[in-house]
Amino acid sequence: MNATVVMILALCLGTYAFRLVGPALHGRVEVPARVQELASAGAVVLLVALLATGALTEDGGFAGWARPAGVLVAGVLAWRRAPFAVVVLAAVAVTALLRAAGAG
Amino acid sequence: MRSSHRTTRPPGARTGTSLVRDSSLVWLAGGIVGVSFGAVSVAGGLPVWVPVVMSLVVYAGSAQFSAVGVLLAGGGPLAAAATGLLLNTRTAAFGLAVADLLGPGRATRLLGAHLVTDETVAFALAQPDPARRRTAFWISGLGLFAAWNTGVLIGALAGTALGDPARYGLDAAFPAVLAALVLPALRADAGVRRAALPGAAVALAVTPAVPAGVPVLLALLGLFAFPGVRR
Repeated sequence: MNATVVMILALCLGTYAFRLVGPALHGRVEVPARVQELASAGAVVLLVALLATGALTEDGGFAGWARPAGVLVAGVLAWRRAPFAVVVLAAVAVTALLRAAGAG
Repeated sequence: MRSSHRTTRPPGARTGTSLVRDSSLVWLAGGIVGVSFGAVSVAGGLPVWVPVVMSLVVYAGSAQFSAVGVLLAGGGPLAAAATGLLLNTRTAAFGLAVADLLGPGRATRLLGAHLVTDETVAFALAQPDPARRRTAFWISGLGLFAAWNTGVLIGALAGTALGDPARYGLDAAFPAVLAALVLPALRADAGVRRAALPGAAVALAVTPAVPAGVPVLLALLGLFAFPGVRR
């Protein structure tokens, strides 16, 4: 087997194993309500961390100003409960315009 | 996303329509990022089948980008797989969070597990009731899988002719999708907020110092601030 196939197989099997933990346990093990509640909170904690790092960082460093500015606009709109499409398109438009104007 | 017109009208076909409408933007953005993944892989010297097969069987955007990045930098297949796996550890936590949405059948659980991604989990958890969460998971998951893989195929075949998605601001789309989906929950639930904000601060603080994937895992330390965890 060549190296690339090994890499894809390892990544595929490992990722699927991670994904299957929850669904495989469900229905077999009585998950206490408290644990389920923590899993839901943990998912939101992870998503907010992904939001923060995805908005601000790239390859371990600062992502430049254009993207955080776009996401900030999205954040304000989302907080004010703007429709989903408005939030996402505003972020993309602000970031693209700032880049066109020369911001990083 | 609990806009007023959805709570004042009965659920049903309209629910599906609004979920498809909101998901379709995520599909579009995912498809375009998929195009860039296919193009980057082929431009780096990998054969067309590598990004295409990888996207079908791994189906995890950030892990695929990093694994191919390591591979193209000469890092070796195991280092590449390890980098991607580190990024995907979070899917275990997501799987736990959505397990009850996948239904009782073995086949739906096996298929549903493969569709667990950041966007789809965020999309499902943002819905107000269990029935809607379940529908949202499958609509977002199946659509994103189709869009991502179609995009990767197009990118791998077209090569780099399509340009850099960052020019069009598309790198802001995914953080913005997450903002749209999680900020309403954060606003409504002070307990989750107390855990999520310090968690995000930890993730940002350690990002320059630790491998990709670790920052968001360390964000889970924020759960110690979740009400009732510390006695």
